[in-house]
Amino acid sequence: MDFWTNKFPEMGRTDLRDLKKGIDAAFRDFSRAYGENMEDFFHPLLQFLVWLEKLLLAAPWPVIIIIAAALAWLGARSISIVIGTILSFLAIGYFGMWEDTMSTLAIISVSTLVCIALGIPLGILMARSERVQSIITPVLDVMQTIPAFVYLIPVVMLLGIGKVPGLIAVCIYAMPPVVRLTNLGIRLVEKEALEAADAFGASYKQRLFGVQIPLALPNIFAGVNQTIMMALAMVVIASMIGVAGLGVPVLRAISNQYLALGMMNGLAIVALAIIFDRVSQSFGNRLQRHRQGAQHD
Amino acid sequence: MTDTKIAISNLYKIFGRDPANALELVKNGVGKQELLEKHDHVLGLSDINLEIPAKGISVIMGLSGSGKSTLIRHINRLIEPTAGSMMVDGDDVLAMNKEQLIDFRRHKASMVFQKFGLHVHRTVAENVAYGLIVQGQGKKEAKAKSHKWLERVGLAGFEEHFPSQLSGGMQQRVGLARALATDAEILLMDEAFSALDPLIRTDMQDVLLDLQKDLHKTIVFITHDLDEALRIGDRIAILRDGQMIQQGDPQHIIIHPADDYIFDFVKDINRGRVLQVGTIMTKDQSRSTVTIPSDMVLEEALQTVATIDGQSANIVNASDQVVGSISLDQIVKGLARPEVEAQAGQYR
Repeated sequence: MDFWTNKFPEMGRTDLRDLKKGIDAAFRDFSRAYGENMEDFFHPLLQFLVWLEKLLLAAPWPVIIIIAAALAWLGARSISIVIGTILSFLAIGYFGMWEDTMSTLAIISVSTLVCIALGIPLGILMARSERVQSIITPVLDVMQTIPAFVYLIPVVMLLGIGKVPGLIAVCIYAMPPVVRLTNLGIRLVEKEALEAADAFGASYKQRLFGVQIPLALPNIFAGVNQTIMMALAMVVIASMIGVAGLGVPVLRAISNQYLALGMMNGLAIVALAIIFDRVSQSFGNRLQRHRQGAQHD
Repeated sequence: MTDTKIAISNLYKIFGRDPANALELVKNGVGKQELLEKHDHVLGLSDINLEIPAKGISVIMGLSGSGKSTLIRHINRLIEPTAGSMMVDGDDVLAMNKEQLIDFRRHKASMVFQKFGLHVHRTVAENVAYGLIVQGQGKKEAKAKSHKWLERVGLAGFEEHFPSQLSGGMQQRVGLARALATDAEILLMDEAFSALDPLIRTDMQDVLLDLQKDLHKTIVFITHDLDEALRIGDRIAILRDGQMIQQGDPQHIIIHPADDYIFDFVKDINRGRVLQVGTIMTKDQSRSTVTIPSDMVLEEALQTVATIDGQSANIVNASDQVVGSISLDQIVKGLARPEVEAQAGQYR
């Protein structure tokens, strides 16, 4: 029988081609119709990103280093992290990667802000309802596993090449951790603490902002930390669709086999990642000062 | 007696997918075991009727699984009943809407938990002030009050500590101060001292009794420990498998246990330290000039009565009137367990 031949009974060649064509055409029509609206929608975000990038590039480098060192101190309260931050920035500047680094800093900052602004409320909604959780979890799975190049196609078709599609690509990849860990953090809040809040007549808001979020903060912060790391990891791919920054020279190095150029810019990304990670992690740990010095239990 | 503060009547709680249907079964005589095995529903509370008087400590006692923690959570509606009514000061708690219920919880009834339920991210002072902040009081006012209450429970100076830096007993003092700070008339205490070491537990019972002398709150106290119930309770209600077995005066329950279950509970207590002379005295007066107060426990009365010649003493009530008398014989009989088998078992 046909059934036992080695050939899978696949769809007809022409049918398949028509199907693909149909989808492509439909999406093209959609992007023609709404592409401009989308661009208008994202325009404020673009302006903010451009403004930040210009600001970072225009500021004298010693000012940037001082600000970075001050932020590192505020976040981590550790001299060694501050010194590490200063040395990394000095090295980056000395090896001629200052401007690209500033561009990368700008897009990382903006995409992290977007991820937090969308991700934390989404995580709160997920923690509140099993239904929402069961809908959003598979979406997050797709966002994290689908190859970045695949969702670059529709994004570029809609918005063309540039900073905004780059930003969106970064956010799609980087947002899931903060959503997941906000959800998890809130769900892990002790039942007793919540029951006490209820028994004393806390409203939904008082319960959320007074108990759930503060107690979930260490987890939420771990999520923010992961989001920043993943955003940095997307720098190279984002540069393929026109985002300036450290990814551009890396891309050039790949196509021309420039080992040194690739290594240097790659290491600059690593340096940024380590700084962000250490500062945000020790900030997250300091949020748990009530857990330190525990003598009992 | 005093006026009723909380009136619970015909209260049922059934856990499961279709409580309404299961309720019909229970009302038709299906027992807890059968309901669980054949119908996959858990009978939490069954036809509870309980009147809790104002300004006293009412203890609800039972072993784990008896439904006592479920019952106390119905009073402030942390758990919704399947059927029945719950009136507090004549107001129907079950008819309250969301806002009214929040108001009730903020001002009328506060709660102390077995596992303390403190907020680990707040300092001790902030924890005590929590109910006040939730009520919408200003930070300054709340802080002053929390300081006052921390002093009352003996924790002055620990304001800026975090709960994790305190021992269990101290943490529960914080829990108690938090509940008292809201000035609610009703204090719900769910196995509040059960998680503490025996010595600390006695300590906390003293703290509570001491506070109650001034505060005269209506306290509903849940425990599995009969000694604790007898020590602090003005009234005791005993639950088993979600049913109310016996309720009333503690002394009465010791002398007249309603069934074997309660007999098992009371047979091992130290009767000399619990039973009061007023409970077992005879009404007629003796010629003795020695008087002892009616709430003196047998052990102490024995010390006095054994030294008198006639070996009998008069009993006086709180206003110094003679209400009866007790002899050495009666005291010794009172010390013995009520049943012969139990006595025989003692010497085996």
